Amino acid sequence: MFRATVGGERHCFPSLAVLMAEATPLRSGDQLAGLAADSQARRVAAQWALADLPLTEFLTTAVVPYEADEVTRLIQDTHDAAAFAPVRHLTVGGFREWLLSDAATTEALAALAPGLIPEMVAATSKLCRLQDLMVAASRAQVVTRFRGTIGLPGRLSTRLQPNHPADDPRGIAASVLDGLLLGSGDACIGVNPATDSPERTHALLSLLDEVRQTLAIPTQTCVLAHVTTTMELMRRGSPVDLVFQSIAGTEAANAGFGITLSLLDEAHAAITERHPGLHAMYFETGQGSALSSGAHHGVDQQTLEARAYAVARCYRPLLVNTVVGFIGPEYLFDGKQITRAGLEDHFCGKLLGLPMGADVCYTNHAEADQDDADALLALLAAAGINFVMGVPGADDIMLGYQSTSFHDALAMRELLGRRPAPEFEAWLGEQGLLDQAGRVRPPGGPARLSQRFQSLLAAA
Amino acid sequence: MTDPAWTPLRAFTAARIGLGRSGASLGTAPLLEFRLAHARARDAVHHDLGAVPALEALGLPVVTVRSRAADRRTFLLRPDLGRALDDDAGPALAPHAGAHGLAVVVADGLSALAVERHAAPVLAALLPALRAGGWALAPLVVARQARVALGDAVARTLGAAAALVLIGERPGLSAPDSLGAYLTWAPAAGTTDADRNCVSNIRPDGLGYQEAAWKLAFLLDRMRAMGGSGVQLKDESDRAAALPDSVRQL
Repeated sequence: MFRATVGGERHCFPSLAVLMAEATPLRSGDQLAGLAADSQARRVAAQWALADLPLTEFLTTAVVPYEADEVTRLIQDTHDAAAFAPVRHLTVGGFREWLLSDAATTEALAALAPGLIPEMVAATSKLCRLQDLMVAASRAQVVTRFRGTIGLPGRLSTRLQPNHPADDPRGIAASVLDGLLLGSGDACIGVNPATDSPERTHALLSLLDEVRQTLAIPTQTCVLAHVTTTMELMRRGSPVDLVFQSIAGTEAANAGFGITLSLLDEAHAAITERHPGLHAMYFETGQGSALSSGAHHGVDQQTLEARAYAVARCYRPLLVNTVVGFIGPEYLFDGKQITRAGLEDHFCGKLLGLPMGADVCYTNHAEADQDDADALLALLAAAGINFVMGVPGADDIMLGYQSTSFHDALAMRELLGRRPAPEFEAWLGEQGLLDQAGRVRPPGGPARLSQRFQSLLAAA
Repeated sequence: MTDPAWTPLRAFTAARIGLGRSGASLGTAPLLEFRLAHARARDAVHHDLGAVPALEALGLPVVTVRSRAADRRTFLLRPDLGRALDDDAGPALAPHAGAHGLAVVVADGLSALAVERHAAPVLAALLPALRAGGWALAPLVVARQARVALGDAVARTLGAAAALVLIGERPGLSAPDSLGAYLTWAPAAGTTDADRNCVSNIRPDGLGYQEAAWKLAFLLDRMRAMGGSGVQLKDESDRAAALPDSVRQL
């Protein structure tokens, strides 16, 4: 039982999960689950109670039972007590202040990350304003490497997302060309296949690999098929750079994605054997996935999202992408809720030591538009996000939602003085796509790349 | 200004490639084109389903019901309410209960526009095949603020062995009026999406009316023959060799 007396009113919260849910800034998914505080004052009372909670409480009280859930067991069993020692004495409220203090340097945060568990950072985020989420996250740096180096200070990378509703190779190649000319694709060139079949996935992997090799692009490619499909194709010799999988914060929600931790262990072992020493996993997450599969255990969606990051960090991923507005208005209703969720996810992921990116996005039944996407993109870029999406004209014609465009990423790079990954930036220069100030300014049409690309398109 | 060098590549994809640019930013025309597409999609989401006289002209009795979602905002926030019939629906449907083979439900879903434009033409193409195939059809049910699973409750109340739900799909930027069709055999309280078959993107510029009717008649016939729907029922209509007469007519 957790209690707070706020403004003369006494509030009781029967469990840690209830306390965290009621302390969560309002969002539709928690209302749908029946977990949200029933008044704004009660929400703040829960935040007061949460602020006074010692961080050690999260090491002794699990929001999802240890016996019932392998993600809880993973979190508890892999906790690094020595790394946690510097903040062990703090409450949640005290930890928020520590994160904003001058003591929380980049080096201190990197050393602390293995000592933090998802529930600690989720609880802390619930007390934070957007500004706090940005300031703290901007100090955490997580740098990962495959062919390019992602997450260095002053850099903003993009995943080039050239989806096509029929997986048409020429259609995909045309979108890749547009993206490359606009400086997109240094995080990866990654296609969501319309159909998750091994044959289709192999064809797309081969196409992307051929484009990358022909144009000698210092990046990595990915087809976002199910992990079992990718593992099968690795055995058959398909050109696999990265293993992709959607993940969630409970064992039952992961079962809904058709995965277990042992399956991810197996995939990680296989890709590590293929690419020793490199970061070669790519995970996607998003608040609400556990509730949507009926696997939330009465825990709020933001805490469960942070628990998905505990799954991700076991596997030294190259990229972790929170697809923040994709799930729809019953989980994140409007631009305000999507904005907050995106910054929470970036904060929690970075503090836990993950290379966070975000798909700043919305569906047409959410109360959001391009202005909301612009705002969240700018806030995330200012907070030091590793990568964002690059979709032609921000319109994904396969998945039917709006993301961020090649142009959006360029605008943010220029507004905030961010540059692409260094290897990719050098390649852009060699292709004649940068002006004297280092800005991406392709010299009109598919000019320089077109000869080599035309032959690729003809072959596709 | 949009670069003509992109014209040949646009034949390969509807993606917004080669957009006119000023500095790093979009030109004014592509900016407003995107905004118009989004505005149309938003208007479609919030459009209320009006009277559809063409549905009345199909030769079936028509019953109108609502879900428990009282308005559009509630519908968007509470999918569970959009799947449940409101209190007036039971008495409205009860007089029509009987040993029906198929209940056809026309539901607004996320685009009433799709329903207003495409539901009647698809049914006009489909119903003759169903009658020829010996389907005992329940009255046509028009459902407002309705999700797919509302069709399960309708079919159970009417006593129908199967449900066909024609529903407005979530509008995309490319089309605000795409109609989806969901087939469910023996719909029950615990029925999930894995138990259904779906035919999507029905509209003149997507899957045309005749082609959609063909697919639906094929799937309904197979569903009845195997006594089940969902993952076990594959859409092989494109390469079906032995088609039943009722389907071949189409």
